Amino acid sequence: MSPSRRRRVRMAADGLLRRISDGLGEFYAAPYRRTLARAKRDQDDLFTMLVLSEALGVPNPASHYTLELLPVVYEEFHDWHRRMGMDRSPLDEVACC
Amino acid sequence: MPSHHQERVTPVNAVVLMFVGLAIILAGYFVYSRYLAKKVYRLSATHRTPAHEFKDGVDYIPTNKFVLWGHHFTSVAGAAPIVGPAVAIIWGWGPAFLWVTLGTVFFAGMHDLGALWASARNKGQSIGTLSGRYIGPRGRNLFLAIMFLLLVMVNAVFAVVISGLLVSQPSAVIPTWGAIVVALLIGQAIYKLRWNLAVVSIAGVVALYGLILLGDRFPIVLPETIMGLSASAFWIIVLFIYAGIASLMPVWMLLQPRDYINGLQLFIGLGLLYAAILLSAPTMVAPMINQNTPPDTPGIVPLLFVTIACGAISGFHGMVSSGTSSKQLDKETDARFVGYFGAVGEGLLALVTLLVVSAGFQTLADWEEVYHAFNEGGAGAFVAAGGTVLSNGLAIPESLSATVLATMAVLFAATTMDTSVRLQRYIISEIGELMGLKLKPLIATVLVLLFGLGLAFGADPSGEGGMIIWPLFGTTNQLLAALTLSIITVILVRKRRPFLPVLLPLMFVLVMSVSALVVQLGTFYGQGNWLLLGMGIVILIAAIWVIIEAAVTLNRVRNQPPEPEDEDVAVAAQAGADGR
Repeated sequence: MSPSRRRRVRMAADGLLRRISDGLGEFYAAPYRRTLARAKRDQDDLFTMLVLSEALGVPNPASHYTLELLPVVYEEFHDWHRRMGMDRSPLDEVACC
Repeated sequence: MPSHHQERVTPVNAVVLMFVGLAIILAGYFVYSRYLAKKVYRLSATHRTPAHEFKDGVDYIPTNKFVLWGHHFTSVAGAAPIVGPAVAIIWGWGPAFLWVTLGTVFFAGMHDLGALWASARNKGQSIGTLSGRYIGPRGRNLFLAIMFLLLVMVNAVFAVVISGLLVSQPSAVIPTWGAIVVALLIGQAIYKLRWNLAVVSIAGVVALYGLILLGDRFPIVLPETIMGLSASAFWIIVLFIYAGIASLMPVWMLLQPRDYINGLQLFIGLGLLYAAILLSAPTMVAPMINQNTPPDTPGIVPLLFVTIACGAISGFHGMVSSGTSSKQLDKETDARFVGYFGAVGEGLLALVTLLVVSAGFQTLADWEEVYHAFNEGGAGAFVAAGGTVLSNGLAIPESLSATVLATMAVLFAATTMDTSVRLQRYIISEIGELMGLKLKPLIATVLVLLFGLGLAFGADPSGEGGMIIWPLFGTTNQLLAALTLSIITVILVRKRRPFLPVLLPLMFVLVMSVSALVVQLGTFYGQGNWLLLGMGIVILIAAIWVIIEAAVTLNRVRNQPPEPEDEDVAVAAQAGADGR
């Protein structure tokens, strides 16, 4: 077998292996992706609530630290308040919708 | 039992039946499902599926259709398409063969595809929510009630199946419990050590088969009584405790790797069994129509149609179709492959079981000895007969073959039980919420276990006769399917589309399951089994409720102006804008 042909065969075999490996990965991850992502989202929601607690009128002894984290949750704020059952933004100063 | 007055006809070769069965089922996929997709459900490649519409990386993810089929199929196929045909063969292989093949084509495939389509056209909502929308507020409660009954029975009956296998096939004890350790190690290897999945998969399968070899060498036979309990009763209690713990553990630790290994097993097992039948070409020892059924056997009509539920039509599939798969459809046209071919996969498992339990015996007398009473075959017969087929076809020693199949059947049943204990916990929490109670996961799990144990031991205090619930489980499963089919019919009627391909199977399923229920109520009354009689009456009430709701709703929508073709899309978009 010529070297170029050998290289082609090896590349094809590598491609096939990668496809099988990707397929297996999906087969492993897909059925539980939802459960795991939901668990993560629940934790993130709790975190967002803690960070926003002062703004929502709940005294938070750690607000000195959580204030710094506001920009982190800002991006997700709109999705968060809708998930929490509030159609419109509950905060006057954050006008996301 | 004397076998000489069984009428002998020329025995049929199992390979011939295998090809006939495959041809019917595949024709269903290539011809009938195409008709359904074009004329009835009118799948459209340009329709934006919920996976794209509400893409969030959590619930709604467009997924490759082969991968989606893979986990749709492994979620719906379990021990039930094995146990059902292995019991129903008592009436002879002919009726069961017809019900499995034609059922897969005209019932299961149509139902699974329809549930997937109905949900995908309604922003991926579950059948429970859809019954609220199309049938009315009572529809949702009806759905909860049927789900509750179904899951209680799943838990009880699968615990009984596994315990029966662990007693009849003691070589499966080590691999059964060892598989849990293997799954735990796989979970750690993937999430903590970040090993390559292909390597872990091979290691996992090798470890599992190593355990099977070990189990075959060292069978574990429990003493007749342990702590005052029979061996069966002991295993049932241990299984429930395990399922409770497993359902409370983080899913990545145990359930995810366990499902994965079992999914691989399902493909390996199907491949092994079909290859063994093809290579050994056994003849069908069982009669085509059994003229010599044991005296306690109930009439074939209607009982056959509830004894084989999974493998011919199963309402549980609608849960999977509408709960998860519909939210991951990349294109609406993929539904035909994922939904219909998912049912085909399960039909193939039921078909091979049927062949194995008919052809895996030396003589008709051997077969009749195993099938000496109704409900006596089941998983045990599948393991014994399948062991013979595997050993003849693939030259694997007979006892090892039986251990392989017993382990496989146990693992399928155990995964079903794990999932259903978890699902039942959510259902109980939801029922609790309706009653204004907030139940903690632990409390809800304990309730699940108490209901399951209550039914398993209520059916038979020794824990051995729990298979009596099997037809009742099939009946409830069919009722759930009937509820889903009524929703699909309502949608089709509103759109003024051909609805007979759904309505006729719906009526058939309802008539069969209700009459089977009446027969069983008579049996339970005769035996003085008040628990099962009470449960049967509750199911009968639910069934009548389904019929009334479906009839009322159908009558109502018949007189309404037709629904514009894209109304569901508009409603879905509106509901989407209102917040998910």
